[in-house]
Amino acid sequence: MTETDGDIVLEVKDLSTWFETRHETVKAVDHVSLTLRHGRTLCVVGESGSGKSVTARSILNIVPKPGRIVTGEVILHNSTLEWAGGKPIDLAALHPRGRRIRTVRGREIAMIFQEPMASLSPVHTIGSQIVEAIRLHRRMNQAEARALAVEMLDRVRIPRPSQAVDSYPFEFSGGMRQRAMTAMALVCEPKLLIADEPTTALDVTTQAEILELMKNLQSLYGMALMFITHDMGVVAEIADEVAVMHQGRVVEHGPVNAIFAAPQHPYTQRLLNSVLVLERRSHRALGRSLRPGADTILDVENLGMRFDSRRGLFRTSGEGAVQALDSVAFSLARGESLGIVGESGSGKTTLGRCVLRILEPTSGRIRFKRRSREPVDLAALPAPAMKPYWEAMRLIFQDPFASLNPRMTLLQIIGEPLRNYGIASGSELEHRVATLMQRVGLSPETMRRYPHAFSGGQRQRIGIARAIALKPELIVADEATSALDVSLRAQILDLLLDLGHELELSYIIISHDISVIRYMCDRVAVMHRGRIVEIGETGSVCDDPQHPYTRSLISAIPKPDPRQRGRAGRIRYQPNGAN
Amino acid sequence: MTASSPAATGDPLPPDTVPLGPAGSASQLRLMWGQFKRHRMAMVSAIVLIMIYLTAAFCEFLAPFSPIAFNPRYTYAPPQRLHLFDRDAAGQLVFMPHVNGYKVTIDPVALRRTFIVDDKVKHPVGLFVASEPYQMWGLITLRRKLIGPLVKGDPMYLLGADRLGRDMLSRILYGTRISMTIGLIGVTLSLVLGIVLGGLSGYYGGWIDHIIQRTIEFVLSLPTTPLWLGLAAAMPTNWPPLRIYLCITIILSLIGWTSLARVVRGRFLSLRTEDFVTAARLDGAGESRIIFRHMAPSFISHIIAEVSLAIPGMILAETALSFLGLGLQPPMVSWGVLLQEAQNIRAIATAPWLFAPGIAVVIAVLALNFVGDGLRDAADPYRQ
Repeated sequence: MTETDGDIVLEVKDLSTWFETRHETVKAVDHVSLTLRHGRTLCVVGESGSGKSVTARSILNIVPKPGRIVTGEVILHNSTLEWAGGKPIDLAALHPRGRRIRTVRGREIAMIFQEPMASLSPVHTIGSQIVEAIRLHRRMNQAEARALAVEMLDRVRIPRPSQAVDSYPFEFSGGMRQRAMTAMALVCEPKLLIADEPTTALDVTTQAEILELMKNLQSLYGMALMFITHDMGVVAEIADEVAVMHQGRVVEHGPVNAIFAAPQHPYTQRLLNSVLVLERRSHRALGRSLRPGADTILDVENLGMRFDSRRGLFRTSGEGAVQALDSVAFSLARGESLGIVGESGSGKTTLGRCVLRILEPTSGRIRFKRRSREPVDLAALPAPAMKPYWEAMRLIFQDPFASLNPRMTLLQIIGEPLRNYGIASGSELEHRVATLMQRVGLSPETMRRYPHAFSGGQRQRIGIARAIALKPELIVADEATSALDVSLRAQILDLLLDLGHELELSYIIISHDISVIRYMCDRVAVMHRGRIVEIGETGSVCDDPQHPYTRSLISAIPKPDPRQRGRAGRIRYQPNGAN
Repeated sequence: MTASSPAATGDPLPPDTVPLGPAGSASQLRLMWGQFKRHRMAMVSAIVLIMIYLTAAFCEFLAPFSPIAFNPRYTYAPPQRLHLFDRDAAGQLVFMPHVNGYKVTIDPVALRRTFIVDDKVKHPVGLFVASEPYQMWGLITLRRKLIGPLVKGDPMYLLGADRLGRDMLSRILYGTRISMTIGLIGVTLSLVLGIVLGGLSGYYGGWIDHIIQRTIEFVLSLPTTPLWLGLAAAMPTNWPPLRIYLCITIILSLIGWTSLARVVRGRFLSLRTEDFVTAARLDGAGESRIIFRHMAPSFISHIIAEVSLAIPGMILAETALSFLGLGLQPPMVSWGVLLQEAQNIRAIATAPWLFAPGIAVVIAVLALNFVGDGLRDAADPYRQ
């Protein structure tokens, strides 16, 4: 492939963006240089806090306060703007709120964000928002602009565009909204499209479709694409070139095949390794076998959960009820770990919470058998009688920030269950908490600190320490690693596996990420619209899925290997009788 | 499975262990204080407020005169300037605080008395001067005042005198006690009502929530001023002042609790679904422990902020009622009662210093509002 200077759309030279507060200066972007070429895709990849988003915002000169561009140039070549007169423009030198930079934004460089609902106005129709974007930059009357809006919606493959143009964002699904955002970004045929984690909030099947759409649109319009992501699978799927960012710096930069095949920088190697580790089953899980004759710890039969719309003074019941769980049945042997995978809204979180009786299931049986006790049907118990069972079945939460009380110290948080079940108090409690903290890899000296002093990974360890404090028999982990960076994921999962050996724990691992399930689960149940569509050994379900929905789910997962790009054909699932 | 086995493994710390900053073990109060200190207006206002409440506590000692001491010679006397230095016989400047005397002339036609400051007459003023014996807090008998004329009976009207020749400064200082405490007591009452009813409403939901919310809506739909007027007018005038004072606070808090109840309910509703509250339930915490140990610390700071914003409303309501003559009655001295004197055009024309209590109201209300704002900003140190 020949690369000439005429291809260059935008050059970022030695860019530094700092956030200066009273106490410290955070160098969010530190001497970064990038080149974006016509028709090519540059993926900027890195973990949270690596400065990817700030780099994108610095290009458009929309850095949030107190950040500011300290040094460097952002040079836009071959612009068609009249005031530039065909000369390259340094965007970093323009006034951030001036008239000139505004003519660049949207027309020459467009941006789409992670959360489409937050960037679309909820009180205007999709059409009127696209029309506004058109008329800001192009001389067009209302009717022409509307016709163009319909055409754009068609181009991003929104069904029935002439009707969709008059819908409101809340009527669209997440994927449709992201398509509409893309349509809005492309109306002025920008030379550069910056996409900041556009698929992170989407389900994996929707993500696959958006990625495909972006590739098609790029070949249609020939714009340069700067794609920001933390997901190496997405990078392998879409990138021509990759820039790896770490702590504000670009540590490695090169063609996608070179980065994946022969990473040079130790950070890139570490990052790729932590992704590849999750592509296989953990060796810790492999060495583990079920004790022969292990009893069944949990037996769920015909579990149903209906969310009724709220009954009010003037409302009748029955409307808008949602069947979140529909005759779900599975059983779990002692020491086994069962993965539950599904897309958002499939009912997997509801299932976890029903098993723990945080939510009241509307029908079914949950037979729970404690070690050397008789099985009990939890679904039939009155709510106050649950307390003794919560000692043996524990929950690990998804959000490591919301699930720890910010007003309590670690000692209080981890010691809370021990205290409430009357197991320990005073110095005995302190000793136990110290032991637990050491076990999950936290320094016991920090037990009098508050959770805000800890990072996401450390907070999740606190949550695990709290969960194992009572020596439980069953742990439900609800997306326990999805808020964490990929390099931490395997560590947390390894910790869970080790604890599982030691305490002979059974796990229910709820995740949207099939690699997490494959890494540590013995069996997996695939959920779709409140039902378990497939359940079986993890290996066989992942490699040889039987149900068409499972097949579509597995085929949509991007593989972190650019050589396999487009190899596996996408399978689309059309549920019959879809409503 | 033994308890000792996990400790024995002694895993190395994970690579994401970061050195903790000094803020790591800062308690909630310390974080709030750090945040509050940055709000400069709130800090200044807090100091002003502390001074106002100290005045309210020690008004007997601070006020030069009794609020009911009158002197017909000095009706509507204008404010005097306090001079700190004087020239002695040799013309040297010496420290001798004093105020100048008045010369009174009577207009023979209109019979209006006009006061002219007489430079020649000097009434010396001192600190900790002897005075008539008075009762501090109705308990201790004292014979000294912070400031006053050295010669008993000399006129000293730093903020002027009213229609009966009473010292405005003394009356405003005494008024501070009534006006500022009526806010505190009224808010305490509405706080108790608001927390109990709002808490029940938010925590239990369902039909309890329904009844309490409809009651609040009903109370809020009543027009407040006519309600206050009616209730205040219904109080017999021959009641002792203390009972009237208590009744006024109750009337004021009858309305005030509703907004606090809504705030508390809102906090309960949002906290009830928080993950850490679910976690506490799973940790086997009982209901009262969940409410008081897990949820309360997260909203108590918001409530303090809300309360400090509710006090000015109470103060203003009392002032308004008393100004209209329906609140506290004249033997008691509050800022509203004092402002009754400034109701007519004559007061504006001849004795503008009668508005001084109004300035006191403005300062107190502004200070409370700024402190409330600062507290509200500081209430959530984990927001970032």
